[in-house]
Formats: sequence, C-alpha cells, structure tokens
Amino acid sequence: MRRTIRFLLGDELREITDCDPTATLLDWLRGEARLTGTKEGCAEGDCGACTVLVGRLDKERVRYEAINSCIRFLATVDGCQLLTIERLRRADGSLHPVQQAMVDQHGSQCGFCTPGIVMSLYALWLNEDRPDDARIADALAGNLCRCTGYQPILQAARAMYDLGARAIDPLVANAADTAQRLAALRDQETLAVERDGRRLLAPANANDLARLVMAEPRATLLAGGTDVGLWVAKDLRDIAPVISLSRIESMRSIEDHGDAIVLGAMASLNDAREALAEVHPHLDELLRRFGGEQVRNAGTIGGNIANGSPIGDLPPALLALGAEITLRRGPGRRVIPLEQYFIAYKKQDRRDGEFLESVSVPKLSKDSLFHVSKITKRFDEDISAVCGAFFIKRGQDGRIVKARIAFGGMAATPKRARNAESMLIGRAWNDESARLAAGCLAVDFKPIDDWRASARYRLTVAGNLLRRFLIETTSPEANIRVAGGLQRATGRSAARG
Amino acid sequence: MADAAFNRQDRVAGAVREARAHDSAHKHVAGEALYIDDMPEPAGLTHLYLGLSDRAHARIAAVSLDRVRAAPGVIAVFTGADLPGVNDISSTGRHDEPVLATDIVEYHGQPIFVVAAQTRNDARRAAQLADITYEDLAPFNDVAAAREAKAPLVTDPLKLERGDIEAALQSAPRRLKGRLTIGGQDHFYLEGQIALAIPGEDDDVTIYSSTQHPSEVQHMVGHALGISSHAITVECRRMGGGFGGKETQANLFAVVAALAAKKLGRAAKIRPDRDDDMIITGKRHDFVVDYDIGFDHDGRIHGVDAVFAARCGYSADLSGPVTDRSLFHADNSYYYPAARLRSEPLKTTTCSNTAFRGFGGPQGMVGAERFIDEVAYATGKDPLEIRKLNFYGGEGRDVTPYHQTVEDNIIADVVATLERRCDYAARREAVRAFNRTSEIIKRGVALTPVKFGISFTATWFNQAGALVHIYQDGSVHLNHGGTEMGQGLYVKVAQVVASAFQIDIDKVKITATTTGKVPNTSATAASSGTDLNGMAALAACEAIKARLIDFAADKWSVPKEQIAFLPNRLRIGNQEVAFADVVKAAYMARVSLSSTGFYKTPKIHWDRKAGRGRPFYYYAYGAAASEVVVDTLTGEYRVERVDIVHDVGKSLNPAIDRGQIEGGFVQGMGWLTTEELWWDPQGRLRTHAPSTYKIPVASDIPPVFNVELMADVSNREATIHRSKAVGEPPLMLANSVLHALSDAVASCADYRICPQLDTPATPERVLFAIERVRARAAAGASS
Repeated sequence: MRRTIRFLLGDELREITDCDPTATLLDWLRGEARLTGTKEGCAEGDCGACTVLVGRLDKERVRYEAINSCIRFLATVDGCQLLTIERLRRADGSLHPVQQAMVDQHGSQCGFCTPGIVMSLYALWLNEDRPDDARIADALAGNLCRCTGYQPILQAARAMYDLGARAIDPLVANAADTAQRLAALRDQETLAVERDGRRLLAPANANDLARLVMAEPRATLLAGGTDVGLWVAKDLRDIAPVISLSRIESMRSIEDHGDAIVLGAMASLNDAREALAEVHPHLDELLRRFGGEQVRNAGTIGGNIANGSPIGDLPPALLALGAEITLRRGPGRRVIPLEQYFIAYKKQDRRDGEFLESVSVPKLSKDSLFHVSKITKRFDEDISAVCGAFFIKRGQDGRIVKARIAFGGMAATPKRARNAESMLIGRAWNDESARLAAGCLAVDFKPIDDWRASARYRLTVAGNLLRRFLIETTSPEANIRVAGGLQRATGRSAARG
Repeated sequence: MADAAFNRQDRVAGAVREARAHDSAHKHVAGEALYIDDMPEPAGLTHLYLGLSDRAHARIAAVSLDRVRAAPGVIAVFTGADLPGVNDISSTGRHDEPVLATDIVEYHGQPIFVVAAQTRNDARRAAQLADITYEDLAPFNDVAAAREAKAPLVTDPLKLERGDIEAALQSAPRRLKGRLTIGGQDHFYLEGQIALAIPGEDDDVTIYSSTQHPSEVQHMVGHALGISSHAITVECRRMGGGFGGKETQANLFAVVAALAAKKLGRAAKIRPDRDDDMIITGKRHDFVVDYDIGFDHDGRIHGVDAVFAARCGYSADLSGPVTDRSLFHADNSYYYPAARLRSEPLKTTTCSNTAFRGFGGPQGMVGAERFIDEVAYATGKDPLEIRKLNFYGGEGRDVTPYHQTVEDNIIADVVATLERRCDYAARREAVRAFNRTSEIIKRGVALTPVKFGISFTATWFNQAGALVHIYQDGSVHLNHGGTEMGQGLYVKVAQVVASAFQIDIDKVKITATTTGKVPNTSATAASSGTDLNGMAALAACEAIKARLIDFAADKWSVPKEQIAFLPNRLRIGNQEVAFADVVKAAYMARVSLSSTGFYKTPKIHWDRKAGRGRPFYYYAYGAAASEVVVDTLTGEYRVERVDIVHDVGKSLNPAIDRGQIEGGFVQGMGWLTTEELWWDPQGRLRTHAPSTYKIPVASDIPPVFNVELMADVSNREATIHRSKAVGEPPLMLANSVLHALSDAVASCADYRICPQLDTPATPERVLFAIERVRARAAAGASS
C-alpha cells in the first residue's frame, strides 16, 4: 500500500498524504493550492468553467486531455501531470497563443468561463492541427459561455494556430522529460487514501482490483467519475469505501477480435468512439454527442453501462447490436448478453465481488442494418429525451429474420421493443412494416412526462424514428437529418454574406 | 519644462470609437481576473449555507434546528427572528419578501434558515438536517393555476390605452383572437450568486457582493440589520455575468453574509451551489398573452386589445416595471391606431421572477410579432410585408400606445438595409422552392425588427455619479456607479475619460464600484450603464479640465481660448506642455485635482396612472434575418444562417458593441428555443442545472452569422458621444429565429395556417405545431 498521492502540478512534483478520499480536484486547486484561475460554474461537469488538462502516460508518451476538475477526485490524478490556466503564460509573462487569440478576437466578456475555454482550446491546440469548424465546436461543446454567443471564441480557435508554433510551448519541448518523470511515478502498489476511516483504494492492476472488490464487495467502484463525481459534488453522498479503476491501464485496452470490437471497461468514450467509428458510423456520431469533450475524455464505456441509468445512451445501441459483457469475480469470469444485465430501475445483475471487465460489440454482417437516433432539446451535450437504436437482419428473400429495437428514455431501464420487433419478423423492410412496428411501440412502452419531453412526444418520435430508419436505409441518398446525422443537412445556404 | 521631450502623437490610445479590447481581457484569459470567490480568504472566515423549504406553499408549524446545530463544524444557525432590523428585502418596499421565511413558505426552495460553519461542505451538509413540520396549502404555480385560485396580483397592473379600441375592433374588416404562451428563462450567469462580508468596528460592515446594484444591497443590509447606510460599504469589481439576475437577487446573499458577519464578529461568505442558486433565485417572467386584433384586407392593423399575464412568483420584486415594459414593447416597431394593453402581474407559489435582459420588453415584442404573424396568415401575405405595412412612420402614424411620439424612427431604413444585405426576397423564394420538393426536411426564413425604448421607466433611476481623481504623476483614478458584468462598461467609460483628458487609456485606472466613493447609484440595468455613467464621468473630467485651464491661463499668462488638450499634452499659447507636468504644477499651485460628476437624463417623464408620458429618451433599432432547417419527423432544427443590422448610434467601441449584439442574439435564441423551465406539479423546479437546462453551446450558433453595425447613424439626442445603449436591444433580434421556425412549420400546410408556435420552441413544440397545422389543413380541406 502506498499512502501518498503523487502527481506533477505543472513541473512540480506534489505529494499529498492527508486528504479527503473524495476531495475534488477543483476544491483542492482552489482551496489548498490557491490556484483560483480554475472556476466552479456548475459542479456537475456540464459548464466547463473548471476545465484543466490531465497528462497521462499512454504507450510511453504523455497524452493531454481536457477534463472537468469539479467532478474528478484528486486521488485519481495519481501518476499524472496536471495543467491549470496559471501555467499558460510564457516565461517572459507574455500570453500563450491561445490566450492571445482570445484577447485579439474579443473572446471574453465577463471572463468567468474564459479560463475553462482557454484550457479546452489549449487541448485542441496541443493535439490537433487546424481542425475544421465542426470539430472546433465539438471540442467546445462542454464549455458554456453566456456572454459572447461563441462567435469570437470560434474565431480565436481558428486564429490561435497563426500566433505561434507548438515548439514554443515548454510543455511540448519538455515532453520526453515529462514522460520519464511520469514513468518514474508508476508502481504496482495499491494507492490508499484514507481520512476518518473513509477510504479510497486505487489498485495498479486488474488482479489487485479483483482481489479488492472481493474483499470489499460494498465499495463504490469508480471509473471515469462523470456520474459518481456528482453523487459527491451534488448529493453530498458519502461513497466510501471507493475502489478506483483509474490506474489500471490494461482495462483501457481496445481490441479487434475479427467479428467484434472488445472494449475494456475503462476505455474512454472518446477512445471507444475512435475504435468504433469505422465499424459503426452511427456509434461514432452517438458517442460524439455524449456530454462535452471533457466528459468523453474522462467517462468510460464500462461506467456508462454499469451505472444502469435509464438514459445512458450507449446501452440502447449495444442492446440493438446484441453486445455481450464480461463480468469478473476474483479469478472467474462470466459472459452475459448485455440485456440480462439491466434488471430494473438502477438495479443491475452485478453480484457481490463482481466488476464489469469488458464489452464486446459485434460487427455487422452484410445483410444487417443498424441505425441510432438520439433526440434531445439541444444537439450537443444533452441527455436523450429518446434514444432509439435499430438493428435488422434480412434473409435471402429480403425478409426480416432478426430484429432488435431498443430505446432509452422510454422506460425505467434501456429496453427492447419486443412487440415491434416481432411485428417485423417475416416481413419485407418497407413502409408498411415500419408503420406496423411503430404502431406496436405504445404497447411496448409507457413513457413518462418529464422535463426532457412529454410521454406523447416520446411515443410519437419513437415511431417516427422507425420511419427515419426506413428512409435512411432504403434510400441511402436521402439525407433527412438536420444535424446529429452522418452528414450535415442539404441545401446549406449561401456563404458568408 | 515647456519644450520637454515628449512624444507628439496625434491621437491617444483608447479614445472613444476605438475597437478596444475589454479592459480585463488579458486577465480573463490568464485566470488572473479576481471574482469574489477568488479573493484571499480572511482568517477565521465562516462559510454559510441556506436551508430551504421543500414545499411550494405551506404554513411552517414547527422548526427544529437541533440536528443542524449539532452537525460537525457548525458555528451558528440563524433564522428570520435573528435579524436585528426588518426581515424583508422587498426592493419595492411592499414588505412581501422575507430574507428568511418564518411562518409561511410560498415557494419550493424559499430560504428558512442559514447555517454558519467552518467549511462550506460542513454548512451544506448541516443545512440538510433541519426538521421542519409543514401544513400544506394549495399551491398555484403558473398563470392558469393563479387565475383559477383567484390569486392576488403582486403589484398594481398597468393599462395603456390610446384611441377608441372598441370602435376600432368592431369596425375593422377582419378580426381574430388568440393566445400565446411565452416561456421564462434562467440567467445562467456563469459565476453564481456570492457575497463576502467583513465586519468592522461599531456598526460597520464591508460587503463584497456580485451585484448589479451595490446601493440597493447597501439599503437592504441597512434595513435588515437595522443600521444606517453610512456604516455599510458595498463593493463589486466585476461579476461573472449578471443579465439582470443580480439586480435584486444578490440582496438575499449579501444580507445573510452581513448578518452572520456582524453576529459572529467574523468574516462570512456565502456561495450557493448552482442547483440551489437556480432554485432560489428569480428568472425571466413567463407570460400568457390573450389578444384580439382588428385589421383590414391589406393586413393593416386597426386595433390591438391584449392582456399580458405574467407568472411573477411569490413577491413583487421587479414584476411591476417588468410587466409595464412588456406593454411598452407590445407594439415593437408597429403603429396601432387604437390599442388597449393591460398587464396582469399574478402572484404564484414559485420563485419571485425578476429582471432579465430586456426586462419584459422581449415578451412584449414576441407578442407583437405573433400579432403580425396572425394577420399575415389571415391575409395570405408574407409576414415581412405585413411588418413593413405596419411600421411606425408617415403622417399621424408616430404615436405609441403610451402617447410618446417616436421622433427618431429609422426602422424602415434598418430593415431595408438588412433585406438587401441578406438577399431576403431571393432566399425566401429558394426556401419555398426547396420545401415544394422536400418531404421530411423543411426550411424557413424570417426577418424581424427591433425597436427598444431606452431609459428606466422609473424616472428617478435615470441619474448617475462619478468620481475622478488625477494624482500628481498624471495618472487618473476613475470610479462611477455602474457595475461591470462583462458588458464592457468599464472600458467604455475609461475611453470617455481618456478622450476627455486626451491621455492614453493606460493612464486611467478603472476601480471597483463601491458605495463609499459614489453614493446613491442606480442599478446597472436597462442598458443604461454607459449612457448614464459615461456622462457623469465626462462631467467630472470637464470640471477638472476647467480648473486646469484656469490654472494654466493664469500661470502661463495666456487667454483660456489658447489652451487646448492635445494627446498627452496641453497646448498653452505657443508652447506644448506634457499633461503630467501641467498636473504637477497645478498640484503645487494648490488646484483641486479631484471631482465628482453627475448626470440625469433630460426630457423624460412618465405618469403611470394616466398611462401617458415620455418614458424613453430615445429608441435603439435593429433587425435580423434567420434561416432554419427543420426535421418534420422529430421537430429537431438547426439555425443555418443569421444576418443582423443593428443601430448603436455612433459607437463608443465597435468591438464591445458587436460582442453585445452577438451575445444578446444568442442568449435570446436560447430563450426562444432550447431553454425550458419545467416545474413539476408539486411546484419543484426540475430544470435547475445545466444538465437539464440547456443554454446554447458553440455548435448551436449559425454557421453563417453576419453582424453589422448600422452605418451613418447617430443619436438625435445628446447622449455620450452620440452613442446608443446596446445591452438589451439585440436580445430581441432572436425573434427572427422563432419566426423562421414558424415559417418552416407553416410550409407543412402550404402556408395557409398560422403555426401559433409558442416558446420555447423546443423540438417537441415544433413537432406538435407541425401536427397541428397539418390537422387543421386536413380538417379545412375536408369541410
């Protein structure tokens, strides 16, 4: 056991032994470290005012990602480099190109969201060269600004590449040295952070994890923390003991098994997206619309499934694809269809001592069709009112032999539309069958009215999404999405006037 | 000294008209701009948290705070009974807004007690431990429920009447009635409410408050603590956004902080969590508008009779002037030969709604645009044609429903300019052609005008003070009553001062707004910040300049007419002397180098009882054209292109003004589209965080977004350098998005039926509007 959290704050090694196991990174930065440039806007990972960069070793290189410090526990940056807004100015006091671009383009008004926006832009500047406007907007989807209307911020994102090459940034110049320093922090000891009998354990490998989960079956398992972080920051819940999976590199693995992509439970949403993009373009777009960039960097595939939320977006898609999950308990493992995992509202088939190890996402055969639609009030960084996923497989005669239709937002768990599916079997895939299947949805689901949508809207749209599925799969030329589709809408207006 | 070496530059840096960056921009981007929560914390600081009602409407039968007091870290607990003064912070003086509720709660989330603890987390946890026994009363949470319950009005309603409305409606060739529902809006300032109070000797207390209205915070603290204003200093260097949400809503937090600080003799800070902030504080009013319109076959309006009913919440707060302003803007840019406009400010058992950028004006204008839409569909004409037909202008068509003559009308020019720039007519044709062949995806386009009245309708608020010092080294200290919330007020006023003295702006230090320097200030609101404080600062500068001129004329023995302020120097007769040298010499000659300045807006007057007067000094104008694309399967949509032409008079700072226009537009677009406040039947606000309340993000702004300041315009009134106010008017440019959506919906029934699209136009409302027009068209076709 190691009792000291070790990480680099900029270039400085910080070692922390006495700390609340679920202290957030933001509270530590603002309170203990007195680095107040990083702001708290919402304390739930939605506004991005608290954005910082975390650098971690990935295949011996340091990889920098923007994350929300308000819902990240300090203990989970063990072994990482942490970068805050305060380090951006250059040694001579002049502004970094990202900062200068924001000033030049009038990208700040009240200034409160600005440090977070600068850090998100900084991550973009470090990792990508002159991205297009859609990608810029995407990288900023997790940063709310209430003053500017974003236009000058987008202009700054375009202009920042003209104000200095990457090499001027000491972070880039010192990359090799940083990698060595982070490598030196790696060990196989379990990190134990404890105060007043409340504990967080962060094992370094999967076997230790398996042993710890067996030993403390009631512990809260912590993956990316983009949900669990809110239990603490919002609900003030005492979630100790906590077992954090943050240090287990092997569980981030993503492998192509020929007929399926197997995602380690700790694979981030962004990494999974990249791996799945080729195989399932619809999952690419669905994953793009998960939270903001910061949440996609921190949030994990395993976490999105394991928390069993009725509005998690991945489960409906994975149910429709017939995904399987592997649960590990000690040295043993069992593989079950994902569908069997969701028992009831916030109740899952995870036994004492078990944890979700990986998810196997099947590829499509040639005679199969797969499609996902996510319906929200706002396109980016919003939670589904309805998320519909559709899979059909046709026989030689073109008739449907297999159908899996699953929805999120329509019931207490992600749930399949059994009646609609049955209606499709043996039919041709056409207007009539889509209409008949849509007609079954009112039997399959009794959705509720809430702030995201009325029950009536949910049912109406669910049926219409079947029609969208039909149109998009039978007339591939037809582009019928205004956004969130695989391409932008047709008939885009004339250029900048 | 006379010919000292100095730079004979021909203009100063940071003069008026320069597109200068925000004065704090370099600090914003470095995380170095200090907000209240960033200030070093005083030793012994105690952290406060509020305990809230979990009922919408109930008598408090019993309150037991024993478990709260016993919780770890708790230092003290205070209730309404602990206030030494009056347990009230009603800004209107109606005594309807307790700091802490004592015997009755009137909304879910109303504060009942305050906990002081060692840490913020301790205070938050403890605040959850109260044992409160309620006797539930029937809640009335919205306009319909309030009417049903015969709920009282929170304040006197207003009626504006001009012409014979009954006769106009009866004689009009056509007439129609309808109802419009307009949603509210949360401010979502990124920096939440916060106050830090530091006790001093005797009654003294200094409060750092994120407030648009330091003087009101001062008054409220005095009222609630029973101490004189002179003991209270309220300071605000900057807010992380305000938008009206910190005009009165900061009072609660400041009073609570001051109470704890004085009771405990320790500094006290309160910063609610985002969710609690959204639950506790008031929002933009939602409205239900019932209208009755008379018009002719050409689409010319003869009369409008409308009632604007608002959900005001449990207390009056600013609901009186907000609902008044909705009526003042229910004409937007249109002349109504006869009008009767009435407000119905209803009490509801919800948070007390408050100021929000536009202050009721946007709701009035959404009403006006609906009236136009109805007439357009009824007459089968393009809504823009009906808009232009009804514009103010022409013989006898220039008097508003409140009997003010519109003297500075340029709306027709603004709209004509925009129409040309954005190629409206051709694009409208293209949209229609597209819609003829596209079954699922529909496009829509609309162009809407804005005319917004500038001045507080409470005439006495239209005054401001400033304080300017020149130090011996020639550097200038600037202070005024306006607050900085990101809108660029500080830099604009500094530009006024730099121009007045002809010194580079880096010689002007902008200092935090504080009641100790400039007293009796008005809220920084109603878009008035620059108009008022710029003039006050200029007056202070002119006073000092007059003294410097007198002094120089005497010292250098030249006539005053031969003295001029040149960039960073003065011409005195035939010689030039550096500004700093003149200042130093003046000091040595015992000339006062400090002055206050004062300004009050001329010409305005308002008789509310009679519904007559000139409430507005002038109007600001603008227009926007938006094009959208809508998915008729889901109601999802995108704004594809927006073009704006907006009138800021002669701009003091085109970069700042452009920022206000773009930002205001996007904020208005959020209000009318994705931002939906949702209360459950128990009166609990369920959209109380950014996870559930959706303001625009970067990808929501149109890929084509052209913003232009109207060229070759001035302000016909003598405002500061002939500029115009810009804070609020651009928000209403977003009406064009609502009407572009309406246009796309209308295409689903061949433009024959008015979509009556209510707001916020979420995908759900858009989809159901499509269903409705299709159903009506089908019913019409079969009958």
